[in-house]
Amino acid sequence: MNWNRVWTIAVKEYTQFFRDRRTVAATMLLPLIQVVLYGYLSTDVRYQPTVVWDLSQTAESRQLLRAFTNSEYFSIKYVARSMNGVVRRIDGGQALAGIVIPPNYATLLHQKKIPKVMVAVDASDATAARTALSVAQAIGSSVTQRMQIKQLQMSGVPAPQVGVDIRARAWYNPGLRQELFLVPGVLALVMQFTMTFLSMSTIVRERELGTLEQLIVSPIRSSELLLGKMLPLMTIGYINVTTILLLAVFWFGVSIAGSVLLLYFTVLVFFFTTLGLGTLISTIAKTYIQAVQLVQFFLLPSMLLSGFIFPVAAMPRVLQWFSYLVPLTYFLTIVRGIIVKGVGIGYLWPQILLLMFFGFVVFATAVLRFRKRID
Amino acid sequence: MIGATTVRAESLTRKFGDFVAVDGISFEIHAGEIWGFLGPNGAGKSTTIRMLCGVLQPSAGRAEVLGYDVARDPEAVKTRSGYMSQGSTLWSDLTVEEHMRLYAGLFGMYGAHQRDAVEEWMERIGLAQRRTQLAGSLPGGYRKRLALACTLLHRPQMVFLDEPTSGVDPLSRREFWDLIVHLSEDGTTVMVTTHYLDEAEHCDRLAFIYGGRIIALGAPAELKRAPSAGVTVEILSRENLRILDAVEDAPFVRSASMYGSSLHVTVERSDDVARLQNTIDARGLGVQRLAPITPSLEDVFAGIVKAGRPA
Repeated sequence: MNWNRVWTIAVKEYTQFFRDRRTVAATMLLPLIQVVLYGYLSTDVRYQPTVVWDLSQTAESRQLLRAFTNSEYFSIKYVARSMNGVVRRIDGGQALAGIVIPPNYATLLHQKKIPKVMVAVDASDATAARTALSVAQAIGSSVTQRMQIKQLQMSGVPAPQVGVDIRARAWYNPGLRQELFLVPGVLALVMQFTMTFLSMSTIVRERELGTLEQLIVSPIRSSELLLGKMLPLMTIGYINVTTILLLAVFWFGVSIAGSVLLLYFTVLVFFFTTLGLGTLISTIAKTYIQAVQLVQFFLLPSMLLSGFIFPVAAMPRVLQWFSYLVPLTYFLTIVRGIIVKGVGIGYLWPQILLLMFFGFVVFATAVLRFRKRID
Repeated sequence: MIGATTVRAESLTRKFGDFVAVDGISFEIHAGEIWGFLGPNGAGKSTTIRMLCGVLQPSAGRAEVLGYDVARDPEAVKTRSGYMSQGSTLWSDLTVEEHMRLYAGLFGMYGAHQRDAVEEWMERIGLAQRRTQLAGSLPGGYRKRLALACTLLHRPQMVFLDEPTSGVDPLSRREFWDLIVHLSEDGTTVMVTTHYLDEAEHCDRLAFIYGGRIIALGAPAELKRAPSAGVTVEILSRENLRILDAVEDAPFVRSASMYGSSLHVTVERSDDVARLQNTIDARGLGVQRLAPITPSLEDVFAGIVKAGRPA
């Protein structure tokens, strides 16, 4: 390995990368945009526009509606005067939930009977609907409970102890904040996408322009050429990781629970997979367009299978096997482990070892194929 | 070094699938020689050069450059030689100076050594004023100059130039050849391909490749005198086109073509000259002058190609 030649290529790659303002902008802005988008996007659907048809029109019914509003999941936007009015708002998409309170609501309460309140939810988005329904149920039972306690107190009987007191604790993420889950995911995803894409294009473009041949004519070895091309990309990768972490900490207030050093080390391990995959694709594709399609062919399934959006544990068995073949799965587990749970190498070593193994296989195959393509 | 052999090719062959691009060619190039490699497009010139540079593996046969086997020790060959490829592709987003530094680095020149060589060649090739210009915005002629400078920067003992002057204006072409002659005077061996036969006159020896085989080899003067070159006759007449029409397909005529205001006809042997005269007289066409001349290289190669082409 002649390091002077490696350095010569690295200087050339740096110069070319930073000369192309658009690529620099795209590469540097992509992580920012993703973090900000995912940071604010939330599957926690709050303030759902709600239509209400209150036939009771009593202090009791208004109290119930206040309980819905106070939950912050429902926001009463429309008042209907008929069932038809409720249906129209939901059909038209202006409201995502409808609450109908029967005329005898207050009367039944006073007679210690159970009034029936209808809550209809637009379940086109199943996740949002599920949340809304369970919140509505909780509101119902807590209103009932409070009512019973009040009545018992009024009749002079001491309030009974609730049967089971469940003290729920959300570990690692006590605020159940979505961004704590998503920011590490975005970090992993951006690393995978940017590194694979850049390493693929730096080789394919040079081959299409015929300049790769100019390099091959020189005494440089293929390993020196590859390393010279990959070093600047690693720098760019680290710049991206740092940007994302700074944004997470100072903008979203995410605190990194674990070791940043360990995180940077696993990023290095992950480079072998991503840069290797890019190089591998460059040796398979004949044109730039083909290479771009191949990158997407590899990256999209790996994103879906990695657990970035859908938890691996919730996948069907067969898909789980596939997800264990995707290096991104391990990287994602590691990054979340370090940032959110604050665990160290003592817990993460199996994932780190597997990531090293995949990185080695992918990178070695890529280097061998690259060398063969050059001859 | 004069008299030593710089390049030795023995039955060098390259196949691409079923297609034989270079078909067992053998030749030697001596140190300090300017060796011209001529032939139509697709005849195998670039393929031969790429094998000699250690870029392409030969399918059969062997070749040595500067004493190193090109197949077994391509790195030694690459370090000591320079190759300017046909496209002479540059990075359009790198400047003149960045190109020179890149090549210097790739060929093992660093620090002050690199700086001096880059400065020297930028002056020598007339690019010092354009050092910060991107290669993509250079005029065609300058691009070729830059490619040549990058090839010569590390002072190779053997230089392969694949069509260095294509697309270059006549004045720059002359400068190119002045430089090539200088190189050879300094002891550098030069293998050069060209389509300009006037340039070929600068070469010490010429090889003509056709269909993957070398069909003629020698100094320009030798090739013109060789019996295989036939006899070239210059005809001056007001009825050149009708004469051309009349003699073109005669069995003893190898080639006939307009050459400015005169007509050059190459025949097999000297006694064919009389038959040529008879053919023209028989048609009743008037001739002001009909006499054998020293053929130009163009006549020689037109004749060789026709003789070598399967009937």
